[in-house]
Amino acid sequence: MPPTETVPGDVPELPKKAAAAPLPAGDAPGLRFEKVVKRFGDTTVLRDLDFTVAPGERVTLIGPSGSGKTTILRLLMTLERPDGGLIWVGDDTLWHREKKGKRVPADQKHLHEMRKQIGMVFQQFNLFPNMNVLRNLTEGPVRVLGLSRDEAVERARQLLDLVGLADKIDAHPSRLSGGQQQRVAIARALAMRPRVLLLDEVTSALDPELVVGVQDLLRDIARESDLTLLCVTHEMNFARDISNRVLMFDQGRIVEEGTPEAIFDDPSEPRTREFLRAVRAS
Amino acid sequence: MDWDWTYTGDILPDLLDGLRLTVTATVLGYLIAVVLGLVWTLLRRTPSRVVNGAVRWITEFIRSTPLLVQLFFIYYVLPTWGITLGALTAGIIGLGLHYSTYTAEVYRGGIADVPRGQWEAAVALNLPRPRVWFDVILPQAVRRVLPTLGNYLIAMFKDSPLLLAINVTELLAAAYKAGSHSLRFLEPITLVGVLFVLVSVVSSILVRLLETRTHATD
Repeated sequence: MPPTETVPGDVPELPKKAAAAPLPAGDAPGLRFEKVVKRFGDTTVLRDLDFTVAPGERVTLIGPSGSGKTTILRLLMTLERPDGGLIWVGDDTLWHREKKGKRVPADQKHLHEMRKQIGMVFQQFNLFPNMNVLRNLTEGPVRVLGLSRDEAVERARQLLDLVGLADKIDAHPSRLSGGQQQRVAIARALAMRPRVLLLDEVTSALDPELVVGVQDLLRDIARESDLTLLCVTHEMNFARDISNRVLMFDQGRIVEEGTPEAIFDDPSEPRTREFLRAVRAS
Repeated sequence: MDWDWTYTGDILPDLLDGLRLTVTATVLGYLIAVVLGLVWTLLRRTPSRVVNGAVRWITEFIRSTPLLVQLFFIYYVLPTWGITLGALTAGIIGLGLHYSTYTAEVYRGGIADVPRGQWEAAVALNLPRPRVWFDVILPQAVRRVLPTLGNYLIAMFKDSPLLLAINVTELLAAAYKAGSHSLRFLEPITLVGVLFVLVSVVSSILVRLLETRTHATD
């Protein structure tokens, strides 16, 4: 693949042929929340939450802060443990496993297996500052997926091409702008070939001029791949671009759901209208 | 009393021999302290309450008793149970053990300072536990505490004269020997001070160099 000229904030067109190689492919699992409860201390963040995401569907969660959107992603990434209910990833329960026909809490081994399908990009990037870009991208594939060093390096190169940062392969994260760090973080997540990708306010920590570049990249990845995508964002245009369905949350419940057009152009619930007005005014 | 340069020249070789022992004891003791301190810290993070409690009690006990008493215990009491150690070995173990309880606290602080997002990214990448510790958390934690760890090297160096109490002919003991032989203490004891300052200053510079080097690779 020829080196691409990149202007900061500008993302190169996805080369259609090469894209097939670095992007994860294969059957994406659906997701299902079944009466999920999550409490933090005395506060109930999610109460008996039910919703389903079809395989390969791209869903955006919107709603005021504290409405439990990020908690949903964190439960799926196993960063938080639910206090009740079941979370299905494909045909398996994430936090429970079968033992002698009974459902028991998952052990580390089960969680490790389940996590193989899931990747996450964080608001604060969370690149490993003690490793250069290449090592950030190869650590997981080598240590977890058992790739040889050469295979992992090759995969890292393809992904850095994809995110337009091939020239930063030896750089340390501290030398990169926020936008570049987030692109590396996206590449790092994709290097694990997840089937479900979780995006947690991925542009909230970026300077305004870098936001569009990262959003365009993610939109292209979403369209080119068949990942099941779950996205939390406050950028309504991005939500419209990236998703097939939008869920409006308030106080741990789904207030309204529909296509991006339905939610953004013609919301039926007063709570949704109020929220959208507040977001657009800011 | 005038400074006697001829006498100074005569005793210097003995003092340098003493210094060699001092440095040996400090360096080896320090190695024990930095490794064992890490072991304490990691053991305190195991899920087992028994291990956690035991380690906590042991380190608290060692930290709260004087190094001199511990040296006496290792050198004079352990032989009662058939564990006989040479003076230098006992001294090295004593220094290392004592200071490991301090380095353990240093590591603990360093680990607590690693942002939560680093742990979460490691989970999201599905890294196995040992890799999370050794590839992600500890390199960052140790970098953060390197200056403090370095200070303990120098503190330990300055505590090493206590080893004379268990008959290690380290620097101060060598000077004392020379002084009591000739009944002149001015030169030997002054030299001890000078040599300690020299080594301390050199090691502080080394520690600082190490610090700037690790920061340069950020």
